[in-house]
Amino acid sequence: MGIASLFIILFTIIPLLWIFSLSVKSTEAQLDPSLNVFGNFFPKPSEMTFKNYELILTGGASELFVPALINSLVVCLLATVIAVVLAMFCAYAIARLDFPGKKIILVTALAVSFFPVISLVTPLFNVWSKIGLFDTRIGLIIPYLSLTLPLAIWTLSAFFQQIPWEMEQAAQVDGATSWQAFRKVIVPLASPGVFTTAIITFFTAWNDFVFAISLTSDKARTVPAALAFFTGASQFEQPFGAISAAAVIVTIPVVILVLLFQQRIVSGLTSGAVKG
Amino acid sequence: MSTVATAPSTTRQPKPGLTDRAKGERALGWKLAGPAFVVMLLVTAYPIFQAIWNSLFSFRLTDPASRKFVFLGNYVTIVTDPLFWLAVGNTLFITVVTVVVELVIGMALAMLMNKVIWPRKTLRTVVLVPYSIITVVSAFAWFYGVQISTGFLNHWLEALTFGAWDVNFNWFGHWWSSMLVICMSEIWKTTPFMSLLLLSGLAQIDGAMEEAAKVDGATFWQRMFKVVLPNMKAAIMVAVLFRTLDAFRIFDNVFIMTQGAQNTTTFSLLAYDQTINRVEIGMGSAISVLLFLSVLLIAAIFVRGFKVDLTGGRN
Repeated sequence: MGIASLFIILFTIIPLLWIFSLSVKSTEAQLDPSLNVFGNFFPKPSEMTFKNYELILTGGASELFVPALINSLVVCLLATVIAVVLAMFCAYAIARLDFPGKKIILVTALAVSFFPVISLVTPLFNVWSKIGLFDTRIGLIIPYLSLTLPLAIWTLSAFFQQIPWEMEQAAQVDGATSWQAFRKVIVPLASPGVFTTAIITFFTAWNDFVFAISLTSDKARTVPAALAFFTGASQFEQPFGAISAAAVIVTIPVVILVLLFQQRIVSGLTSGAVKG
Repeated sequence: MSTVATAPSTTRQPKPGLTDRAKGERALGWKLAGPAFVVMLLVTAYPIFQAIWNSLFSFRLTDPASRKFVFLGNYVTIVTDPLFWLAVGNTLFITVVTVVVELVIGMALAMLMNKVIWPRKTLRTVVLVPYSIITVVSAFAWFYGVQISTGFLNHWLEALTFGAWDVNFNWFGHWWSSMLVICMSEIWKTTPFMSLLLLSGLAQIDGAMEEAAKVDGATFWQRMFKVVLPNMKAAIMVAVLFRTLDAFRIFDNVFIMTQGAQNTTTFSLLAYDQTINRVEIGMGSAISVLLFLSVLLIAAIFVRGFKVDLTGGRN
C-alpha cells in the first residue's frame, strides 16, 4: 500500500517539479542536457537562475504578463462574487422555502454546467464584436457566469441543506429577533460553505481558456490565454522559461489555497454528490 | 472543468392547501431564486438560440454583405466533410480512453485513500493538487516534458530501456504518440476529481457487508464485484457521466500541444477554428450546435440508459 501511494505521489508531483525546473533553468541549461541532472530534468545548482521570474515580473515580458494577471484576478473575482451572491439567495430559497420549481432550477443548473463552452463562444464572438464587448473585462465576466453560477448553486444548495434551520426558530423562541437569529445562528453555520463555494468557483473561472482566447485579443486577455499566445523575441526561440515562470506564479496561490482548505474543498466537491 | 455537487434532497411535508403564508413563501422563493435562474438562462439559452439561427446562414464576419440564408446547407457541408468525422473520431477516442483509464486508476486511488493508514493525509492532499492546476499549465508541462529539445521523458525512457529508446523520438510527429500525450495529460489532470467522487461513494458502503462477505470466504475480486461495485453503482455512474461530458469537450490540451497537427483535431477545436480563425460564423455555429446536440445525447443516454438520477429524490 505504501509503495502504491508513493508511486501515485511521484506521478502527481513530477509534472509540477518539471515546470518549476524549467522556470529556473539558465539559458545555457535550456539548450544543453549535460548541464542538467536526472536526465535533463533539473538544472545543476550552478545553472539555477531566477531570471525568468524577473523577465515576466519586471523585465521585458512584464508588459504582457502583469496586465494579464490583473485581468485574471479582476475578472475571476468579480465572476465569483456575482455568482456566489446570486447563488446564495437561490440556494437559501431552495433549502429553506417551499415553492414549486426547485427541481427546475437545479436541473437547469446541471444542464448549463454540461454545456460545451465552445458552443457559447461562436454566438458570443459574433454579438460581442457587434456591440463592443469583445476584448473587454465585462465581455468575459458575463460568459464566466455560465461556468460559475451552476457550480455555485449546486454546491451551496448541498451545503445549505445540511444546516439545521430549526435552530433559527429556537433562537427566536429564546427571544432573539428574526434578524438576530439569522445573523447569530445561520450566518456562522453557512459561511464555511459559502467560502468553500467561492474557492471552487474561483478555480473554475481561473482555469478557463476557451472564453479567454476567443473573446479577447490583448486588452482583456487573462493569464491562461496570455500563456498560450506568448511568443519569444524571435520565432526561433521558444520562451518556455518565461512561460514556465508565469505558470508557476499562477499555480502557487491556487495550490496553497487547496492545501489550506483541502478537507473542505473535498467535501464541497463531493457534498451529497453521490448518495446511493 | 465542470464540477457539480449533487442534488440536495428536498424532503418537505406536502403542503396542506395554500395558506397566505405558503403563498408568501412561494413568492419569496422565486424572488430569491429567480435572479440566478434568469441569469443562467440568459448566459446560455440566448447564445444557443443565436447559434442555431446563425448556423442557417452562410456568413463570414469579414464579409457581412454576402450573408445568405442556406437553411441546413452548413450542416450538409459539415457531415460530408472527412475532417469533421476525423474530429469526432478523435474526440470519441480521447473520451473513451481517458474515462476508462481514469475509472480504473480513480477506483484504485479511492480504495487506497479509503484504506491506507500511513500517508493518508499526504495522499489526499497530493491527489488534489492536479485538480487545482490550470489545464493550460498542465498542458505546457506535458508538452515541454516530452518535446525533444526541452524534454526529459526521452532521456528517462532511454535510461530505462538501456539505450534502446531513441532520445530524439518526436512525440508530436505521429498521431498515436500525440494522442498518447494528450490523453496522459488529461488523465493526470482529472483523475483526482474522478477518485474523489468514487471515494465518497465508497465511504457510504456499509463496512459490515464487506466484512460478512470476507468471513464467508469471498475472495478480493468476489467482494469487489459482488459487494463493493454494485453498492456504489450510482456513484460510478455520476462520476463517469461528469467525466465523459468533460472529456468530450476537450480543448485546452489539444490547443496547446498540437493545434490539431498530425490529425489530432477535436470537435471543440474544429468549432474554434471555424469561428475564430476563419470567422465563418455560420459554419462555426453549425459545428457548435452539433457539439451541443452530441453532449445532450450523451447526457440523455446516461440518464435514461443507466438510470442515473441526478436531482435528488434518491432517498
